[in-house]
Amino acid sequence: MNDSAPAGAGSLPALPATGSPADLAKALRTTGYLADDGLATATFLAMQMNRPLFCEGEPGTGKTALAQALAETLGAPLIRLQCHDGIDAGQALYDWDFPRQLLHLRALEAAAGVEGSGLDADSVEASLYDERFLLARPILRALRTSPSVLLIDEIDRADDEFEAFLLEVLTEHAVTIPEIGEVRATTPPVVVLTSNRTREVHDALKRRCLYLWLEHPTIEREIEILHSRLPDVPERLAASVARAVQKLRHADLIKPPGVAETLDWARALTLIGARHLDTESAARTLGAVLKYREDADRVHKQLDTLLAS
Amino acid sequence: MTSTEDPRTDTLLTGLVGFTEVLRTAGVPVTNDRIAAFLEAVDTLDVTDREQVYWAGRLTLCADPDDIVRYDLAFPAWFEPPEGRRATNRDERPPAPPKLAALVPGREGSGEDDADDEGPQIKAAATGTEILRSRDLGELTPAEREHLRRLMTLLKPEPPTRASRRRRRHRHGEADPERTLRTALRNQGEIFSIKRRDTSRRPRKVVLLIDVSGSMEPYADALMRFAHVFVRRAPRTVEAFTLGTRLTRITRELRQRDPERALGAAGKAIPDWSGGTRLGEVLQAFVDRWGRRGAARRAVVVVFSDGWERGGTELLGTQVEQLSRLAHRLVWVNPHAGKDGYAPVQGGIVAALPHLDDLLAGHSLDTLERLLEVVRNA
Repeated sequence: MNDSAPAGAGSLPALPATGSPADLAKALRTTGYLADDGLATATFLAMQMNRPLFCEGEPGTGKTALAQALAETLGAPLIRLQCHDGIDAGQALYDWDFPRQLLHLRALEAAAGVEGSGLDADSVEASLYDERFLLARPILRALRTSPSVLLIDEIDRADDEFEAFLLEVLTEHAVTIPEIGEVRATTPPVVVLTSNRTREVHDALKRRCLYLWLEHPTIEREIEILHSRLPDVPERLAASVARAVQKLRHADLIKPPGVAETLDWARALTLIGARHLDTESAARTLGAVLKYREDADRVHKQLDTLLAS
Repeated sequence: MTSTEDPRTDTLLTGLVGFTEVLRTAGVPVTNDRIAAFLEAVDTLDVTDREQVYWAGRLTLCADPDDIVRYDLAFPAWFEPPEGRRATNRDERPPAPPKLAALVPGREGSGEDDADDEGPQIKAAATGTEILRSRDLGELTPAEREHLRRLMTLLKPEPPTRASRRRRRHRHGEADPERTLRTALRNQGEIFSIKRRDTSRRPRKVVLLIDVSGSMEPYADALMRFAHVFVRRAPRTVEAFTLGTRLTRITRELRQRDPERALGAAGKAIPDWSGGTRLGEVLQAFVDRWGRRGAARRAVVVVFSDGWERGGTELLGTQVEQLSRLAHRLVWVNPHAGKDGYAPVQGGIVAALPHLDDLLAGHSLDTLERLLEVVRNA
């Protein structure tokens, strides 16, 4: 079971031509993800240097979307691990299917009883810790799938013990399962970690990674994003939505809208059949952008200034 | 960067490493493995392309948005010197702010707010530890201060705890199939007893927000020492910030072991030492940049401030309210609150009061110990 990678080590992934950051940006663009210089360089280096990419930034700046676009560009499956409070190796790496193991054990006992022969402890143990009772969790799946993109989402929600465990896996690109042996990735997965900065991630983990700080896009880029993701939205509507969102981001709100909210808003406006953004259509769809009552109240009162160009 | 025989490569290498040196002087914690990663990144990219060198460095040498601000200042200074002259890597930061206020023996000039005598005047016999414990921190002689510093390092702050979702082996609680099965295997597959596991407790986050404006000056040194002891005790779960005209995070500085070094580093990091206060705005900066993202969520938040607000108090009120909704417990420590005849009448305190869980005094070692108790039991 040591050799867990798909057969044929020679079949290395046929990566698209990514000789430079600019090529990679172009490739990402075909999937609808618009990468600026920094982002393209970061992703390029992460792949060339075999280091995880650590993305931090405001919610809604496209951290998770980057991993999705990257997977699509590379034609590799995206394997996602959502971190949460109390996550441990059993949820991230592998676990044994205990109910089935118990059933199996009982079945062996019953069979031995019928035949009148005793149970051989060694063979029982070997058959219990068999591949078919192993539940592969995201990290193990990513190590066994080459190539793959492993997204470790919101690492800041996990605790520091989990970080230490992760550090080990990300450095070695291999794990050891005592009963089975070492599982090593033939091609290390492209790893993207995201954090919302709710807590500082340990420096040791950050040192292994390339650090990318993401900001909200400029208005030109945001209009471009709207075009490429929602081609049906009329040009004028897209422009005015982007302009209004930019203003909202500077309006001192509790939760400034991210790109995801911009897209939601444009989608909502198209769904109610609005051809352009006016006070009436804005008021009806504001719930797509603003997620706090206080924010909505404030903006409702100043809709005119928000929409004035 | 493989051959160092080519003199040009050599200059290049010196230039790149020199830049990391400048960066370190500017306050970015650059380590050797980060430098190695930087060189590898430059090697992977096009070294003649300024933009690519910029990104190579930013991605490998920075670890936090604050680092990026410093990086963005240092990069052009090193690679694009103004008159074709390369910037030297001498310390170009503004001169360090004056040493912590409390090193000054007397209290010249800054005592208009609380200069009234309170408590017995016991200067002659003030070396006794017991008396010192209840003395006002703002009115100590240098010798007493020295003594107090030593007492301060003896404090043992216990961080509060919360239930964790991570389960540990335990005598009670839900069944633990893994351990049960493993034990069964050792007994020929016979299950004699069900092993169990239960939730464990983990330290709860604590956030210390220390007002370092002019009116708090007499207490600043003691409070910073207090913060240092607390951060050292639980470096992973305690965060410390100073509030003045702007918000400064000093957790990183306070994690150093030696108190004098830690306080020196923190003093350098704080640009607005003993300046004015814009408490409302600065609290807003904390809530927006740290608090709501999670630093204050389910945490015990302690604000050390006299609530002296120069502007209107409406903003302060709404921000304290926001903070109290995020935090598990919000404690306000006012050095003046322990004095006889104190009533919470300063505009800031009045605005904050409805949203606080506790309003405590913090003017003496005794009252700080009382604070530790409140925090531990939170």
